[in-house]
Amino acid sequence: MPLTPEELKKRNQRNWAIAGILLAFVVLVFVVTVVKLGGNIAHRPL
Amino acid sequence: MSLASDTATPLRAGASLAGPSDYLTLLKPRVMSLVIFTALTTIIVAPGAIHPVVAFAALLCIAVGAGASGALNQWFDADIDAIMVRTRSRPVPSGKITAQEALEFGSILAAFSVFAMAFLVGYVPAILLAVTIGFYLFVYTMWLKRLTVQNIVIGGAAGALPPVIGWAAVTGNAFDALPWLLFLIIFVWTPPHFWALALAGSDDYARAKVPMLPVVKGSRVTRNHILFYSLVLAPVAVSPYALNLVGPVYAAVAAIGGLGFVGLAVALWRASEKTERASAMRLFAYSIFYLFAIFTALAVERLIGFAPGA
Repeated sequence: MPLTPEELKKRNQRNWAIAGILLAFVVLVFVVTVVKLGGNIAHRPL
Repeated sequence: MSLASDTATPLRAGASLAGPSDYLTLLKPRVMSLVIFTALTTIIVAPGAIHPVVAFAALLCIAVGAGASGALNQWFDADIDAIMVRTRSRPVPSGKITAQEALEFGSILAAFSVFAMAFLVGYVPAILLAVTIGFYLFVYTMWLKRLTVQNIVIGGAAGALPPVIGWAAVTGNAFDALPWLLFLIIFVWTPPHFWALALAGSDDYARAKVPMLPVVKGSRVTRNHILFYSLVLAPVAVSPYALNLVGPVYAAVAAIGGLGFVGLAVALWRASEKTERASAMRLFAYSIFYLFAIFTALAVERLIGFAPGA
């Protein structure tokens, strides 16, 4: 049985919220990694 | 625990009318704000340096962990919440989110917050966060809440731990005196805070058969207990100054605030049956203001350099 328009709308909202939270978490992990590496990030082996 | 709301669960995948805001409500944002605030204070006060981004990550993990506890509490207490007027519009009893979904959501967030704390901030705050969530769920929600009138006294330890977590996020150490004195302050503050609310809404707890003190022992015993804990709280809140761990700004706010707390507790103790409810609500509202005031004083005097070692 297909979803009603209202159920589809709510599902889309939930999916966008999860996407936003995951994206924010990826950014947070990246920034914390840079912060913890500190100045050493410039001296990493390339 | 009742899973009555599950009978309304749509069987089609994705067929739920719950939006992101309903899931946010499941995290009990108002309780979360107090937890974040007390943890932020010790992050500011703790000796040592923490990068603002790491501090933000620590606060986020504490907030998500507290929210997860709230969601798991609403999973287990769905039957109680459906009976009580104060809680019947929450997402699970209102049928927007099933108890099973609350369990899954809360479990995932709890695990996520602890692991994120471990690898973004440190193992000591992560262990403390796990203990806090576990204590709130297993000791308070599942065991004590329906068993004893001392439920919120012992369960209050979970709400008192965030300042210790915040301290550990900065120092990597959980065995200093100040964070545990702050723990003690919140621990002693919790019973008069909740019993004042329970006095005002004891019919609600009686209907739900939750053995809150006013329901089981009556109003007089509850008011005696509130007065006793208030008389303990006032000197305990000033004790960090006596041990030279905080400065005069905190001491002044804690002393004046403590007098106000005891004053309102005495007023409630002396209140007639007619004025009891209003008096209890005054104390409840003041207790929230009081906690915010003393923690704000702690943070402010550190920031302006009035605290010892600042």
